[in-house]
Amino acid sequence: MSIVTVQLGQCGNQIGFEVFDALFSDSHCPQGLCSKRENEAYQASCKERFFSEEENGVPIARAVLVDMEPKVINQTLSKAAHSGRWKYGQHSCFCQKQGSGNNWAYGYSVHGPRHEESIMNLIQKEVEKCDSLNGFLIIMSMAGGTGSGLGAFVTQNLQDRYSNSLKMNQIIWPYGTGEVIVQNYNSILTLSHLYRSSDALLIHENDAVHKICAKLMNIKQISFRDINQVLAHQLGSVFQPTYSGEGSFHYRRNPLGDLMENLVPHPEFKMLGVRNIPQMSENSLAYSTFTWAGLLKHLRQMLISNAKMEEGIDWQVRPPLSGLPMLGKMSLNKEFHFNTSIANLVILRGKDVHSAELGAFKDPALYTSWLEPVHAFSVWKTQRAFSKYEKSAALVSNSQFLVKPLDMIVGKAWNMFASKAYIHQYTKFGIEEEDFLDSFTLLEQVIASYCNLGF
Amino acid sequence: MTQSVVIQVGQCGNQIGCCFWDLALREHAAVNQKAIYDEAISSFFRNVDTRVVGDGGSISKGKIRSLKARAVLIDMEEGVVNEILQGPLRDVFDSKQLITDISGSGNNWAVGHKVFGSLYQEQILEKLRKSAEHCDCLQCFFVIHSMGGGTGSGLGTFLLKVLEDEFPEVYRFVTSVYPSGEDDVITSPYNSMLAMKELNEHADCVLPIDNQSLFDIISKIDLMVNSGKLGTAIKPKSLVTSSAGAFKKRQEKPFDAMNNIVANLLLNLTSSARFEGSLNMDLNEISMNLVPFPQLHYLVSSLTPLYTLADVNIPSRRLDQMFSDAFSKDHQLIQADPKHSLYLACALMVRGNVQISDLRRNIERLKPSLRFVSWNQEGWKTSLCSVPPVGHSHSLLALANNTCVKPTFIELRERFTRLYKKRAHLHHYLQIEGMEESCFTEAMSSLSALIQEYNQLDATKSMPAEDLPRLRVAV
Repeated sequence: MSIVTVQLGQCGNQIGFEVFDALFSDSHCPQGLCSKRENEAYQASCKERFFSEEENGVPIARAVLVDMEPKVINQTLSKAAHSGRWKYGQHSCFCQKQGSGNNWAYGYSVHGPRHEESIMNLIQKEVEKCDSLNGFLIIMSMAGGTGSGLGAFVTQNLQDRYSNSLKMNQIIWPYGTGEVIVQNYNSILTLSHLYRSSDALLIHENDAVHKICAKLMNIKQISFRDINQVLAHQLGSVFQPTYSGEGSFHYRRNPLGDLMENLVPHPEFKMLGVRNIPQMSENSLAYSTFTWAGLLKHLRQMLISNAKMEEGIDWQVRPPLSGLPMLGKMSLNKEFHFNTSIANLVILRGKDVHSAELGAFKDPALYTSWLEPVHAFSVWKTQRAFSKYEKSAALVSNSQFLVKPLDMIVGKAWNMFASKAYIHQYTKFGIEEEDFLDSFTLLEQVIASYCNLGF
Repeated sequence: MTQSVVIQVGQCGNQIGCCFWDLALREHAAVNQKAIYDEAISSFFRNVDTRVVGDGGSISKGKIRSLKARAVLIDMEEGVVNEILQGPLRDVFDSKQLITDISGSGNNWAVGHKVFGSLYQEQILEKLRKSAEHCDCLQCFFVIHSMGGGTGSGLGTFLLKVLEDEFPEVYRFVTSVYPSGEDDVITSPYNSMLAMKELNEHADCVLPIDNQSLFDIISKIDLMVNSGKLGTAIKPKSLVTSSAGAFKKRQEKPFDAMNNIVANLLLNLTSSARFEGSLNMDLNEISMNLVPFPQLHYLVSSLTPLYTLADVNIPSRRLDQMFSDAFSKDHQLIQADPKHSLYLACALMVRGNVQISDLRRNIERLKPSLRFVSWNQEGWKTSLCSVPPVGHSHSLLALANNTCVKPTFIELRERFTRLYKKRAHLHHYLQIEGMEESCFTEAMSSLSALIQEYNQLDATKSMPAEDLPRLRVAV
């Protein structure tokens, strides 16, 4: 089954390019560490999911590019065409002349309705090219105007028009110290709207990825390209083909459905985070070897201590002893808190993957009480290695990972809202104080729900 | 991509404008080596086939034939505009996009605003509509003028109301040169005060500049260049104040160095909208991020570096120095000290080979020494444009919405009051039809209200930033 990607705004389009590039490079990587037949099946599955066929053989990404001003899309199209290996469809973009001005209201209330038909037609055309549609990946940032506002609008439309297909939004969480001054407003409006219309929100934090670039990849002068490539790697590790079952030799045909089924058992809890291990520069890779036991031990500790990467993990954090009551509600101020999960999915790729032992992830102490570990935890194992890593593991987690960042954003937005600063920029385009209050209410609810998972 | 139209009014406005067009041509020539008319150039220039008579000459793509500035030149005296039209830039301007008169405004805001305003209203509208028609998607009007005289101040601000009524969707960015202490025009406090009211009410964003600051910057540069302390020479093309290496050679005139700084400000402001980069910033984002309340739309600007030394490898220490300089009071284009006042919002627009990690490192470094208003503690807007300015490897423009503009306004009010109390020269204004004493008192209240807003914000400076109680929800 195929996945259609919608890339929105500067961020969405810049990342989208890196994602398709990473998917393509990995699927054509000769070092798959498996048989030739295996490799070919992997390639074919990846192709079916993400690329469509072209007459002269150059694969075309199953993507729709949307931006309200032309510079980024032009760059993205030409970068893809230049590579010569894959490209975007000639008529797959929608572009205007004037951007959204970092204004969620403008993206949602002006650009959305104005261009609804054109954008949805483009998406429909892309959908028609698929033999069978698995669902949509929507890549967008929260901080700006187009990705956030128009992204929310498009997601709503997708829900209305393709109610049987799944939608997963890839959301880029901005740097804490700011890229856009009104980013907190844009973020809360986006999250509250997406919570109602999306099936799952896979969240990527710029701050976390930045640290990965600095500490693990050892990049000195980090550019957005570096950040986007790490993000692409994370997405690739999740969405590249995986076997459909233990001991199966067929690739999974319903990746989005399986992901949702495993990770989003309840609509109140939709925020997912992803962690990868190992993560390092190519130079270091040549000199490193890993065991599954070591990797999984670190990954588990990253999960329970809410570490963003494999360096600086706090080994003091332990799960509460089962049988004993939790010592009070999760305090947002406590430093060393245990991260309770609703559901986790571990995706393993590479050599000897079947020997990997995951019992420690099934410990009921890791999970909230209303789900049995057998339902809360799943693992997908695939022999074929990913992106030159002999062994690699990805953890997609529905847990308290994002409570603190969400709480911070809501707090800052609330402080700003209390002074009414910048509100006139939103009311100008039809987003009233009521809408802000609705968003705050919804998100406080989400924060409270996640905080109470310990019981 | 969008287009912008520059409206230069009065002597000061036209002289700055002239420098701007010169530098704009230079910048595009350096970036666009193949002389193809692309979207970046089209933001400020039309491509015209001059052989075609009448209006049909516009070409939208392909090779550059003849570039025409998207500009309207207005002056009530002929001297400056005539000089421009006889000088090396004469081909850049469309001779039909001018409005001139002979007698001048006599340094009287009322003459500029009321007399010439009503006299030329139709013509102004006609020229503006023409300019707008030539644009695919007009986003912004840049008005350049001075506050202390008669034409720039009076007619320039009359224009703002016209723009607001006729083109309500188009942004109005005003670059205003404020009179300095030793200004030789006696009535400049009156003119500036009357103009301020118009700026308060009809501008989206104002970039106040004052001559004293520009002069101080020039003096410092001259000192550095001539001191001989520097081991290596300064690259001539890289002097932000110099038109050396300019597209068309002009004779350097006295205010040129100062005007070049302002011209560079405008170029850098629009660079991220014109050229590509990893984090773009369009002009509509300036207003969105830097104007938290409609009245507080005065932005203090600083530009660094102002020159580059001849060594090619810029270690990151130099890069960091650039950021530090942007916040020093010596680099501000008005007399202001942002570090010791309160920030409402700050934008950093970087050009050249600078990456997100450099930006973040410097924000982290400088943040502790800056005071931000309680509801906007992390109020930074950033942009990265890959194309550096001509002669530099990188540059930084900082735009701050900061209470440090307050002293400029307070001083203006004081100078005005001194004059008004004695009713000196008042008759020159009151004798103009449409002018009454209430014009003056209303302008005063408008400015006082603005100063009061800044006072209220400053009062919060010493209060600790407290988190307000959040919404409580039942779980």
